[in-house]
Amino acid sequence: MKLKARYTFFTLSILFLVYTGSIYLRPLRAGSMNSSKEAISGRIVWQKYNCQSCHQLYSLGGYLGPDLTNIMSQPGKGEVWVRAMLQVGPKQMPQFHLTEVETEELIAFLKSTDSSGVADPRNFKTSASGMIESNGRN
Amino acid sequence: MEETKIEPGKLFLKTALVMMLSAALFGLLAALTYIYPDFLKESVGFTALRPLHVSSALFWIILGATGCVFSGLNTLTKKSKNNKVALLQWGLWILSISGIFISYFRKDFGGREYWEFNPIWALPIALAWILFLYNFFSRIKKLRKWPVYVWMWLTGIVFFMFIFLENYLWIFPYFRQHFITDMTIQWKVNGSLVGSWNQMLYGTAIFLMDKISGSKKAGQNKIAFAMYFLGLFNLMFNWGHHIYTLPTEKYIRLIGYSVSMTEWIIFLKIIYDWRATVTTIQKHYHYFPYKFIMASDIWVFFHVLQATLISIPAINIYTHGTHFTVAHSMGTTIGINTMILLAVCFEFLKPDTYQGTKSYQFLNWVFWFLQVFLLVFLIALMTAGIKKGLWQLSSNQSSFSDMMQTLYPYFVAFTVTGAGILITLAIFAFHLLQPNSKSKP
Repeated sequence: MKLKARYTFFTLSILFLVYTGSIYLRPLRAGSMNSSKEAISGRIVWQKYNCQSCHQLYSLGGYLGPDLTNIMSQPGKGEVWVRAMLQVGPKQMPQFHLTEVETEELIAFLKSTDSSGVADPRNFKTSASGMIESNGRN
Repeated sequence: MEETKIEPGKLFLKTALVMMLSAALFGLLAALTYIYPDFLKESVGFTALRPLHVSSALFWIILGATGCVFSGLNTLTKKSKNNKVALLQWGLWILSISGIFISYFRKDFGGREYWEFNPIWALPIALAWILFLYNFFSRIKKLRKWPVYVWMWLTGIVFFMFIFLENYLWIFPYFRQHFITDMTIQWKVNGSLVGSWNQMLYGTAIFLMDKISGSKKAGQNKIAFAMYFLGLFNLMFNWGHHIYTLPTEKYIRLIGYSVSMTEWIIFLKIIYDWRATVTTIQKHYHYFPYKFIMASDIWVFFHVLQATLISIPAINIYTHGTHFTVAHSMGTTIGINTMILLAVCFEFLKPDTYQGTKSYQFLNWVFWFLQVFLLVFLIALMTAGIKKGLWQLSSNQSSFSDMMQTLYPYFVAFTVTGAGILITLAIFAFHLLQPNSKSKP
């Protein structure tokens, strides 16, 4: 049992490392989807103010506020709306007092998430196997 | 190296219990902001309450798992070796937790979801884990014919180290430059970390079964090893269900879909088989450890169906990003992990609380209240999740704010039952943190 356990443990570990490596190399394979420097800094602003505690990106994050993946292209929302929300701090959301640079970076980040795909679950169709397929941009 | 008298296993378990109380308290305060939007808004606020709750819960599980491994190793090797290294490890944890909590109160964030603290505080945790690795290997090197739980502890400790470091790859611009890859790695990490501490906890549950029944049946049988490898496979590859809607490669979704949480079914079977081997006298003297392990078995049963369903992409798009997912994560954390950890705490910290003792009857009631509160709590979350899921997919969608208003009764229900969970857990924690009155005959 011990020998078999060791053998299985190492085989699985190698498979895991290969799988992990293939994910790490993804930025090299998909260079065209790289974010701008401003958007990369915007992700740090997102973390600095812990926006993820209430908001989601691709349905991942907190549950108190709406998903913001495609907020920039959503009808009735967009850049002006985001700026207003940041200033007002509605309901549980505090006024964060972001600097002008931080605001611009955060908006660049939200524009980049918007261009990365569509998070709305209505964008997917289901197949008989239970798998989902995107209807559009994803 | 000179030995000290402090038992590292007990020290970690007691610290973990304090974290459990912290998690429940901050969870309740965070829940109150759902009902009263202005509650603590100008002071600590939801942005700090949520990480205070989540980090405390993570530390409860991780420190508890560490305490389980130390306590188990002490029993197996019959000696408490490398105490000073273990105490240094504990000291690093205290340093890190203090820094994290202070920074949360000061609204100094900077990390990712579940690990929202400034990455500087991850350094003492990583150092503590290196000491744990050293300590673990120095203790097990002379052990022969490892039972399955030693394999599980080893796997949990090694993979936690690897995945915890992976958790900070985002610091390097190479990984941050590609948003989708960055998100993929973030959720690969979050999924696999759960798998790594589950290895330590399920391993401890099997160790405890052998200890209570006085046999080596659970730790050496083939079905336990099958569960271990299935668990390891899940740890490595079963995180794709977090990111079904993320526009990543199709093979990642397919792997996530094909690897379901099947190890739970085997865990269910192991506990069910073990139950028959425990004698009445063993149940009498290990009353609460036995009871909590059986409770974890019932909660595994509850979650097997739920987890299997939400692993199906066609169902996952309804439940993903809703409180149904919260029900799943809180249900497994409280229903399975916390029940196992409380079983371990009773076995090692309060072996004098057996059937017929003064506190037994009262604690028995508290035990049942905890189970009922948890059930209603999960039902409230699941119902809120289903309602939001239907809203997400409706063609004639109302505003987010209006939808949240309709969930108000469920938020009240999970806040009230959350308070009940806090009270019952606090009673257990105070009992477990008190010194022993007498030793078991």
